[in-house]
Amino acid sequence: MSHDHSLNPETMPQEPEKATLEGKNKFLGLWFFLGGETVLFASLFGTFLALRNSTADGPAGEEIFGLELVFLMTMLLLTSSLTSVYAMYHMKNNDFKKMQLWLGITAFLGIGFLACEIYEFYHYIHEYHFTFRSSAFGSAFYTLVGFHGGHVAFGLSWLIAIMVRNAKRGLNLYNAPKYYTFSLYWHFIDVVWVFIFTVVYLMGKVG
Amino acid sequence: MTDNTNINSFQKQKNKEEMKKQLITFALMIGFTIIAFAIVATEAMDKMFAIPLLLILAVVQVAFQFYYFMHMKDKGHEFPSMMIYGGIWAAILTVAALVAIVWW
Repeated sequence: MSHDHSLNPETMPQEPEKATLEGKNKFLGLWFFLGGETVLFASLFGTFLALRNSTADGPAGEEIFGLELVFLMTMLLLTSSLTSVYAMYHMKNNDFKKMQLWLGITAFLGIGFLACEIYEFYHYIHEYHFTFRSSAFGSAFYTLVGFHGGHVAFGLSWLIAIMVRNAKRGLNLYNAPKYYTFSLYWHFIDVVWVFIFTVVYLMGKVG
Repeated sequence: MTDNTNINSFQKQKNKEEMKKQLITFALMIGFTIIAFAIVATEAMDKMFAIPLLLILAVVQVAFQFYYFMHMKDKGHEFPSMMIYGGIWAAILTVAALVAIVWW
């Protein structure tokens, strides 16, 4: 009982995600993980930059990339970053329902992004016969962009899992760090996307 | 009890101000994105200028994301900063090495 009480205090602390030792550890652990992710994505970006002109007579980036779709995807992911900020704002005000609502909007925007990406890959494969095996450029492109898409898919599963699992619990000191670490991860996904749309699509179009 | 509610309303006000800053950050990030896409869509600029400018826009946008959306500007973020800058350091080396391999 005392355990339950310490996780459900009468007045929520200002930063519920860092009020327990476990919460602090999760916070530090996630940032440690993000440092590692930075290096992981750097190796994929470096590979892509090295191979982006090796098209082996297959389609080149400037022939197949459509800026309209990429712009739409960017707006979806950037907006979902803001909606998760809103969710954390409501978490700090101890408003569980509004937090879940904004996280739900975040999930919808993330699903929209993923749907666009699946459509994009489908389009490349069927219209241009541009596949993973077309060229070194193809392999590097699908690995980099697909890895990011995989991160979005993982993030969505994570988000939906914690939203469903804690739906009836309400906000407490046990699950606040779970929501907060998710929001950090989700922002990081957006950070990676900023470099993908710049380096892959925009620089690909410029030449 | 009265003390508690006072602290709460003070904190709520603080949270609100923080949220306002986040909204300004978001507007700036949307602006940077639109500028970046406009540079490429209108073909207004030479490749020599366009690519460095696109990269600078991306770096600034990412800095906003880290410092405002992910709260790296707040105190208690020394360890996160160390991790991220460590990651960025390794990232720069990795990208430089892989690009240098195919330079010639």
